[in-house]
Amino acid sequence: MNLDFSQIVPYTPFMLKGIWATLEFVIFSIIIGLVLGTLLALCKITKVSFLKWIANAYTSIFRGTPLILQLMIIYYAIPQLTGYDIPIFLSAVLTFGLNSAAYVSEIIRAGIMAVDKGQMEAAEALGVPYRPMMLNIILPQAIKNILPALLNEFITLTKESAIVSTIGYLDLMRRAQIVGADIYRNFEPLLLAGAIYWIMVFILTKIGQAIERRLRQGD
Amino acid sequence: MIKAKEISKVFGNNTVLKNISTTINTGEVVAVIGPSGSGKSTFLRCLNLLEEPTSGEIYLNDKKITDKKVDKLVVRKNIGMVFQHFHLFPHMTVLDNVTYAPQKVKGLSKSEAQKIAKELLAKVGLTDKENAYPNRLSGGQKQRVAIARALAMEPEIMLFDEPTSALDPEMVKEVLDVMKDLAGTGMTMVIVTHEMNFAKEVADRVLFLDDGVLLEEGDPKEFFKQPKTERARDFLDKVL
Repeated sequence: MNLDFSQIVPYTPFMLKGIWATLEFVIFSIIIGLVLGTLLALCKITKVSFLKWIANAYTSIFRGTPLILQLMIIYYAIPQLTGYDIPIFLSAVLTFGLNSAAYVSEIIRAGIMAVDKGQMEAAEALGVPYRPMMLNIILPQAIKNILPALLNEFITLTKESAIVSTIGYLDLMRRAQIVGADIYRNFEPLLLAGAIYWIMVFILTKIGQAIERRLRQGD
Repeated sequence: MIKAKEISKVFGNNTVLKNISTTINTGEVVAVIGPSGSGKSTFLRCLNLLEEPTSGEIYLNDKKITDKKVDKLVVRKNIGMVFQHFHLFPHMTVLDNVTYAPQKVKGLSKSEAQKIAKELLAKVGLTDKENAYPNRLSGGQKQRVAIARALAMEPEIMLFDEPTSALDPEMVKEVLDVMKDLAGTGMTMVIVTHEMNFAKEVADRVLFLDDGVLLEEGDPKEFFKQPKTERARDFLDKVL
């Protein structure tokens, strides 16, 4: 046993910067995933078979292939095919946002299906148009039911975000590896990174629970 | 006034409505009765286009609303509906339930909508429940809120789809009383119901449906005393 955390003390600011680096693209990815996932979910429940087909194909592809492969394809293939030298940050946000959308769309679809059909009929009978009906009546009820599943997806996303270290994005994970290589000690920086990931997920969980409590006030 | 002209409705292999024609005049209260599965609810749901008739036409004030070009939402603004299972919006307070559609659909301001809503809630006797969420209400209270919600749109016609069938027996009366008051104001109403006494007392006309066919229609007093068809006699024997 020769743990020596004193050696990573000088590197702590460097590692702590990784928190923001990780959070920054995770937040963007979650937003893209939520918005796109909601749109895909709406496509899945329409009667327009073309939209349904597109949304299902999308989900099938993004759920059916490894995340790391998608990341590599976006990061390496886009410059090769289009000549556009895609920044690391954009690749990361795109990959995680697009990937998360596939999962989120399934969660939201299930949530919408679970809302009593009578809710839609009641809104229709009152003459409420589709958009406000979805935004004000159906989605709030759906989201209340799927919040735990959605939170789970965000937690997974936060943790899996460590994969971006493979394309050299300076996130928390990558920084831990750099520090490890610098001081020839891997265990301490990895342990620190692990602790930080855990704290981030812990806070996310608490936020989720607070939102859930708020939404449940009608029950 | 709403007029159905030879409407039929087919679900898969199942013909639920067969060539139904009738006219509901302004101010008239019409009770639709018949055995379960006879197509009563489907008929009612066709009137506000929640179900699209497979064939036939529906006219609202002489305007053909079964036309593809007609905006269903505009039609429904003028036709209120009350459901068997209330379908209140569970995430909104009673007041928000009643004010939502007038604001979103008719573009009323919040205060205008609230003024109407409060008057209606007073009328159905639920002023004290304004800020409650639906799951805190009894079935009878929920249904009265649902009636207020539909009335807040100031519709010309009100449709009731078995409004008391999901209620505990002791709550049926409070809902029927509200409906009776409404009928007294001259509202045009179409009511699918199993409450024969209510139909007898309040309705101006009874429609008897059996197996998708409009078998009889006429004055409630005559109908209940002396139904013309064998099928209606059978039915009344069983329910009365």
